[in-house]
Amino acid sequence: MYPKEFQESIKKVEATRQARKGSDFPRLSLAERQALLEAFHPDYKKGTMRALSVGVNKGDKTPHEFANLFEAYSLIDPERFTIPQPKYSVDVLIIGGGGAGVSAAITAHQAKADVLLVTKLRIGDANTTMAQGGIQAADKENDSPAIHYLDVIGGGGFKNIPELVRALVTDGPEIIRWLEDLGVIFDKADDGTMLSIHGGGTSRKRMHPCRDYTGAEIMRCLKDEFLDNKIKYLEYTSALELLKDKNGNCVGAVLLNMENGEVFTVKAKTTILATGGAGRLHIQGFPTSNHYGATADGLVIGYRAGAKLIFIDTIQYHPTGVAYPEQILGQLITEKVRGVGAQLVNADGERFIYELETRDVVASAIIREVQERKKGIMTATGGGVWLDTPLIEMVSGPGTIHKQLPAMYRQFIKFGIDMTKEPVLTYPTQHYQNGGILCNEFGETNVPNLYVAGEVSGGVHGRNRLMGNSLLDILVFGRRAGRHAAEKSSKIANLSEGTLDHLKQYHAELQQANIPQERKSPMLLPDYRPKQFQGEFNFLAKLRQ
Amino acid sequence: MPELATIYIMGKEYQVPANLTILQAIEYAGFLFVRGCGCRGGFCGACSTVYRTKDSYKLKVALACQTKIEDGMYLAQIPFYPANKAEHKISQIQPTTETLCALYPEIMRCISCGSCTKVCPQDIKVMDYINAAIRGDYKKVAELSFDCIMCGLCATRCPAEIVQYYVALAARRIYGAHIMKKAPHLDKRLLEMKEQKFAKEIEQLMQSSTEQLKELYTKRDIE
Repeated sequence: MYPKEFQESIKKVEATRQARKGSDFPRLSLAERQALLEAFHPDYKKGTMRALSVGVNKGDKTPHEFANLFEAYSLIDPERFTIPQPKYSVDVLIIGGGGAGVSAAITAHQAKADVLLVTKLRIGDANTTMAQGGIQAADKENDSPAIHYLDVIGGGGFKNIPELVRALVTDGPEIIRWLEDLGVIFDKADDGTMLSIHGGGTSRKRMHPCRDYTGAEIMRCLKDEFLDNKIKYLEYTSALELLKDKNGNCVGAVLLNMENGEVFTVKAKTTILATGGAGRLHIQGFPTSNHYGATADGLVIGYRAGAKLIFIDTIQYHPTGVAYPEQILGQLITEKVRGVGAQLVNADGERFIYELETRDVVASAIIREVQERKKGIMTATGGGVWLDTPLIEMVSGPGTIHKQLPAMYRQFIKFGIDMTKEPVLTYPTQHYQNGGILCNEFGETNVPNLYVAGEVSGGVHGRNRLMGNSLLDILVFGRRAGRHAAEKSSKIANLSEGTLDHLKQYHAELQQANIPQERKSPMLLPDYRPKQFQGEFNFLAKLRQ
Repeated sequence: MPELATIYIMGKEYQVPANLTILQAIEYAGFLFVRGCGCRGGFCGACSTVYRTKDSYKLKVALACQTKIEDGMYLAQIPFYPANKAEHKISQIQPTTETLCALYPEIMRCISCGSCTKVCPQDIKVMDYINAAIRGDYKKVAELSFDCIMCGLCATRCPAEIVQYYVALAARRIYGAHIMKKAPHLDKRLLEMKEQKFAKEIEQLMQSSTEQLKELYTKRDIE
């Protein structure tokens, strides 16, 4: 139910609806896009970033929220901590239980590796599950991986790592077949033809949706397959640090049982970081569409172990986060809503941007509309613009929302807003970490025997990811990393002892840079309790003994 | 200061701002979630919550992240349920009428009480799909159960000890893998990929300068 003050604006939206239906809106040129980004994209806002003072990427700019985690001491004091005997010894250790980690685990297991997967929450509690709109892959007649390549690289500001983009677009079709074989139910015609739609910045309709539960459908099938393969796993187990031997190889990790505080180690011939993103850092105070555990832990421990980062100065703000009601502030309104015909309009019911520009561009245009042009609708928590959802039913037929966007309908109707009849209020939300730990096309980092896959990695999406390429990315690189790590581990006969010497060095650097001693990371969980309750988590108590 | 509401977390009284979700209210009361909180967006089913309101015997359920608190709510979460999952090999399983009953024989014990449907926070017709599963109607199970987020509340209420969400998952996977038609355009593309049909073109793009790429990008035709 909208408050009275919104109703007048909604009347204006209704008044222009018929005329807007089916109308064109000009796309921006590359130069216009760049100008809009520089003026309004949060990445360009002055004073929001600083140069790192320690580590491999010393001197590189990154948001303060990231820098505060990199420029921080470990939860373990390497001078006092006695590394316990390994509790497990495996071929492949996978840290993270989202789409990347689980697909890596299945693939490594099938390549005959002994695999252990650990994850901070439950398997599948990940941004993968929350991906709604679809997965990209160039599998239709009028499309090709080369066209996909061009879309990806243009969307990324022409900065993407070419080898990684090639891997992404080339593996796309076989990933879709793999998913079909696992039993993923894509939206299809009776003859099996995929129903595909546009996403922002795509030149072909190559988004394959499963209603608006695409990620959830993929993740539950992956998880089920993982369980059917009887792969070892530990839930509610986070990683505190990586272990390296005297020669600089990654040889496992120090882990934490989040429930009883037990700290233990796993010895592993190869390690895959698949820890996901960073939405819960709330860069510049933005709300986030991310899951509870998205706290950049993998970036932090990888960086301390010497892994190189790339594009850590660019964050993706999804243009359409929920701006009202406040209870679900920042949650995602999938791009599919625009893909099937909803338009963005301001308080006067006027369009102001072509809806399927790339995400960075659309987000910037919304910020401009609210902050500069003052044509937003103001709320207690900020402001927003309308996403005119009733138009969907006019363009794509009555019942489209119930059939293709059931999750979105549920999300709003629970708060008394019927998106088939009323528009929904939207504003950008922190959504994705465009950069991350640099890797090659097999997921290998510059640290020997350390791999990355999924959102924690960086390079493939350049400076801005397109919709539907993250679901593809996690599976392409999850499988590549899983396969390669399994193969690599079969060639490693003996593992030398794991040390935290790299951490000692890192701490020395921190001291030299005068980083305050009390600043600790990784974050593990965001703390939303009122100030008086905040403090060290119970499950860390054992570390202090 | 916003209006306050009184809630009872596992029986203990707390005053919290009345505009919060259940999840936010529990945090406001000073609890840090380790379990019982996943996506915070209504997609993962980690925060299933059972509650009743003051002076009512009726038990209700909600996803804590998607539900605003009510004054007088008595709350408890069910972060884990010891459900049995039948293991199978998706590539080898046969989509026969009996398959689901063989995997989960307990579905035959369904007494059609409707408790599962009544409890579902996604408003899924759970009992109807269990009946479809008994008949071996995979399509129906898939359609009815698709929006399931596997929160597990149905299983907590089932007098026949059926784990509905795993039955549905097995049915959907079997339907997706063995009954739905595979995409014909994908067959074709996979053959082309095998023949490396696009390798050269991609190689050329990889070698192109940014200026060349910008030109190609700007000129590309859009479907």
